[in-house]
Amino acid sequence: MKIHEYQAKSILKQFGVKVPEGKVVQTAEEAYEVTRKFGPPVAVKAQIHAGGRGKGGGIKLVKSPEEAETAARRMLGSKLVTPQTGPEGRQVRRLLIEKGQSIKKEYYLGIVIDRSQEKPVIMASSEGGVEIEEVASRSPELILKVHVDPCVGFLSFQGRQLGFGLGLDGKLAGRFGQFVVGLYDAFRGTDASLAEINPLILTTDGEFLALDAKMNFDDNALFRHPEIAEFRDFEEEEPLEIQASRFGLNYIKLDGNVGCMVNGAGLAMATMDIIKLWGGSPANFLDVGGGASTEQVRNAFKILVADQSVKAVLINIFGGIMRCDMVANGVVQAIKDVGVNIPMVVRLEGTNVEEGREVLRNSGLNFQLASGMADAAEKVCAAAK
Amino acid sequence: MAIWVDETTRVVVQGITGKEGSFHAVKCREYGTKVVAGVTPGKGGIVHEGIPVFNTIREAVAKEGANTSLVFVPPPFAADAVMESVDAGVELVVCITEGVPTFDALRVRSFMRGKTTRLIGPNCPGIISPGKSKVGIMPGHIHKEGRVGCISRSGTLTYEAVGQLTALGIGQSTCIGIGGDPVIGTGFIDALKAFKADPYTDAVVMIGEIGGSAEEEAADYIRAEFGKPVVGFVAGQTAPPGRRMGHAGAIISQGKGTAAEKMEKMKQAGIRVVQSPADIGVAIREVLERLPA
Repeated sequence: MKIHEYQAKSILKQFGVKVPEGKVVQTAEEAYEVTRKFGPPVAVKAQIHAGGRGKGGGIKLVKSPEEAETAARRMLGSKLVTPQTGPEGRQVRRLLIEKGQSIKKEYYLGIVIDRSQEKPVIMASSEGGVEIEEVASRSPELILKVHVDPCVGFLSFQGRQLGFGLGLDGKLAGRFGQFVVGLYDAFRGTDASLAEINPLILTTDGEFLALDAKMNFDDNALFRHPEIAEFRDFEEEEPLEIQASRFGLNYIKLDGNVGCMVNGAGLAMATMDIIKLWGGSPANFLDVGGGASTEQVRNAFKILVADQSVKAVLINIFGGIMRCDMVANGVVQAIKDVGVNIPMVVRLEGTNVEEGREVLRNSGLNFQLASGMADAAEKVCAAAK
Repeated sequence: MAIWVDETTRVVVQGITGKEGSFHAVKCREYGTKVVAGVTPGKGGIVHEGIPVFNTIREAVAKEGANTSLVFVPPPFAADAVMESVDAGVELVVCITEGVPTFDALRVRSFMRGKTTRLIGPNCPGIISPGKSKVGIMPGHIHKEGRVGCISRSGTLTYEAVGQLTALGIGQSTCIGIGGDPVIGTGFIDALKAFKADPYTDAVVMIGEIGGSAEEEAADYIRAEFGKPVVGFVAGQTAPPGRRMGHAGAIISQGKGTAAEKMEKMKQAGIRVVQSPADIGVAIREVLERLPA
């Protein structure tokens, strides 16, 4: 799960990580007021779930309340396009107004899970404020890494390793170490999957501050962090995806015109791939899960066809635990409910496949039955043209 | 022959009195697996579906000689269940549970260091040696006894590949779904090493997914020393970056873990990579035909 910068900073503060003084606003008038109260200069920062905001004009440094108001008026309600939003951009609904800082140097600090080492890895670099992927490909030696034993936790000497490794003197290395302790505690304490401070600034007063903050969370652990789950911003998500998640379905909207309903994430991805190979374009990823009920299949189908760009549907089910006749029943019921009149290709395989095909044949509805994934892809791509 | 599970496998089902555990314990037994015990804390002493239930794994091991555990315990308690089996010295733990927090999986892996237990999963369909033993939730009837090994991060996509093989008359030695989570017990390389050592496995199907670098690392291993033909596929060629494609581990993050990268690396390692998931079966048939008799 993703959250906004201002939310990440509120979490970090609770774990003792220093962040600039700031306030979230939703109107230009508030932006004016807050800037006046803080005293300029301030930074006006658009709050959307995508990075690269600076490049898209989503971060403005202003020198007066009037300028803050003008910047806020321009940003609020506008669609902000950054290298990470795609061409359609994201609507700006909130701004974070932050007190300006006098920056001596910018660093990078991030924590992710290193899958092959099976440990969290902390990365620090003296190259702050730029994309860390760029640094990684240009000069990987500038990224320092320490792995944390998940059972032991982050250790003081590791903080020194990073601090001195960045070329800091004794006093600053100690402060840097403290900063890392706070960030690791926040990462561990919230079951985050990413905690990234870029840039982490050293102020002219010799303090480390999180100028930006990004946190993502392990969806599987949200059950034990209701306070984090609260941060979910539905406005940042596709309405169909929200609806799907309410039904416990894995649905991701894409920009093609072939709707897909598949059981299992791997097979769902493979189905999207084969549609592309046959010259079509998938409209979505939809995994109905391994043990879905007739009701679940019906919900899934409704979401699928609610997408106006869908011109043909491919249902690809490899029944294991899920029986093909049950899937077929769900689909038939859904079509009778919704009244779909776009071409539908169905490929059923596995448990009770004959019974499933029988249900489709006897439904009086117009399905094309496919044998195998290639046949299914060919048929659905032809139908979508 | 096969790897990791066979006629000597004696299974204890953790969470046997739950809906899933109960259903699959019976399905595994119907397939011919020796399901010798179940564990549900607090329900020790009862007999469920004809299977004796214990409070602890240690009891199930002592009284019924269980050497393999199949875990259906819900996510908040799954890690603890796995560690209980590891602590009891169970040789193989297969964790089906989907939704285990990553940090829990990290703790399990840390706990397992220096111990001999093998973990498959979490979030996986399990393992089957056709005709011998099924320790998982895969449909048994699509499999056929034979000499091709399968390793996959996915569930139903593995069934798809197995279905293609069986339809062509090609049997399997052992099929393993290693799971779709970012942190898992058994990886591609562990399984490949076992298939290399198994004289009854002639070729391997390896099915990857976007996210992480497990496929790339497996490709390096295959190039260096595997020595048997491999057919590979990577799901997610059309997946958008930054989105979790169902599996917690299937996400292209910070430009890393794309299908194109993985497929390229696998090709360079001499793996016969297919672009289409429909071509896995025929590709295996071709590599088998080229093997010296």
